[in-house]
Amino acid sequence: MTGHSPATHHTQHRAVGCEHSEKSPLSIHALTVAYHRKPVLWDIDLDVPANSIVGVIGPNGAGKSTLLKACLGLIPISSGKVSVFGKPYAQQRALVGYVPQRESVDWDFPVTALEVVMMGTFGQLGLFHRAGKRERAKACEALDGVGLADEANSQIGQLSGGQQQRVFLARALAQSAQLYLMDEPFASVDAATEQSIIAVLRRMRSEGRTVIVVHHDLETAREFFDWVILLNTRVIAAGATAQTLTHERLRETYGGRLTLLDEAAQRMQKAQLG
Amino acid sequence: MNWLDYNTQVVAGATALLGAAAGLAGCLLLLRRRALMGDALGHATLPGIAGAYLVSVALGGTGKEPWALLAGATVGALIGVVSVLAIRRGARVSDETAMAIVLGSFFGVGTALLTVIQATPGGHQAGLSSFILGHAASMVASDLRAASIVAVICVVLVVSLTKELRLLCFDTSFASSLGRPVRSLDALVLIIVTAVVVAGLQAVGLILILALLVLPATAARLCTDRFTTMLPLAAIMGSVSGVGGTLVSSFAPRLPTGPCIVLVAALLFVLALIFAPRRGIIARTLASRTFASRTLAPRAPEPHS
Repeated sequence: MTGHSPATHHTQHRAVGCEHSEKSPLSIHALTVAYHRKPVLWDIDLDVPANSIVGVIGPNGAGKSTLLKACLGLIPISSGKVSVFGKPYAQQRALVGYVPQRESVDWDFPVTALEVVMMGTFGQLGLFHRAGKRERAKACEALDGVGLADEANSQIGQLSGGQQQRVFLARALAQSAQLYLMDEPFASVDAATEQSIIAVLRRMRSEGRTVIVVHHDLETAREFFDWVILLNTRVIAAGATAQTLTHERLRETYGGRLTLLDEAAQRMQKAQLG
Repeated sequence: MNWLDYNTQVVAGATALLGAAAGLAGCLLLLRRRALMGDALGHATLPGIAGAYLVSVALGGTGKEPWALLAGATVGALIGVVSVLAIRRGARVSDETAMAIVLGSFFGVGTALLTVIQATPGGHQAGLSSFILGHAASMVASDLRAASIVAVICVVLVVSLTKELRLLCFDTSFASSLGRPVRSLDALVLIIVTAVVVAGLQAVGLILILALLVLPATAARLCTDRFTTMLPLAAIMGSVSGVGGTLVSSFAPRLPTGPCIVLVAALLFVLALIFAPRRGIIARTLASRTFASRTLAPRAPEPHS
């Protein structure tokens, strides 16, 4: 791959210094992922700070989902290294929870909300070991935690989109992990659901967990995240939200397209207010 | 069962067990969204059978040894599965396209080989074409034994791995993020389906086996929203189809057993489509009527004050 200039765009804030820290929940070093020899992620270097809610922000096709999947070993990586609390992911599965995109599964599948949430406990169970009372209790507690205790026995297809998203969140809670990777948990949910989801994420943070969220909406990003990663194949910037989520950096991330939209939106807002 | 002769009892027993196994395997295929895989597998057995015949004759055999033909069918089916997976990965096409490619080309090769075989001395008496539509009446006690073994293995595997299979079918990427052996489980599902297809060759043939995989599973899905209910229900419907089809063809001796079994399975499916609670046509019509009468009913005119 020629024509690539690694140094110029690397403006990452290193919250924990240049040495990859053992303490970092997620430490990524020189990660490159390619499909058909076309790089989707290029030379990613990151140390995610512990005990925070981190947003991954970037345009469509920037590699946001790919980043999560590469960290979880769901897709092959071309080069680089990912470590979770200082060790390879395969050794740390029990510490990591995952929320895939809602559209990635068939919501007409014949299972109840509780059965889906119980899947979060399977990581601790042997292949032939059945889920028992303990797993059920854990799943009930997780469902209660997202306010869906009443829907435990509903078939998942009968739930609204926001409720389905919260079922996925509950399944992640049932994993009792330390680091969570969530792929667009706020996608197409209403404002009330958005608030209830962020409340759950904040509760997780207060318990010392770290949550990494692929996110689309720039308006809410400032409010939701302690730390952001601006991604467009490369890491454009990563660091504390206030310093990183600047107009300039966003323009760099979205390659100019955003500015037009952004300005148009701002003008419309002003017009509405005035 | 005095009113049934021994042969009918053997066929009914074998097809009942086979139907149960097909019902279970069908549920897994359906929920894993790979229903066509059953068809690809079925058609891929034909070149295997023809190849086994040719090898057997070349080695001085009669070409009619059932174990050799079934071994050939298994090899053909497994090569079919591997081809589907390889084509999907290598050519980056969808599952469905890869299965259609394998289905068509394997069956083409099989038919060509069959034509060649039928031109050889003794070839037209080999009875290989009976595998295409099945020939249940020729089933004997050893076929019943084979069907029971397949059914028992199917039930044991599916029951002991219910939790993993449900997770695999519902959310594969979450399953692999948990470190579940997703590939092995997927392979296991395909092996179960292969076993059912090969065991079903004689009863219903390689074309109609797809119907026995898909119909009971779909009917069961219409009747319930629970995975753990759907599986036994599909197994029961598969068994009922097997026994029902055997009985129908024994009372009407001119009707072949395989198609009768599939017809009974289709009948069960239609009944489920109409009468299933919540998802059936009647239940849905009633539900939408009630909804309409509640929301669209003309309001009583408000009194003028």
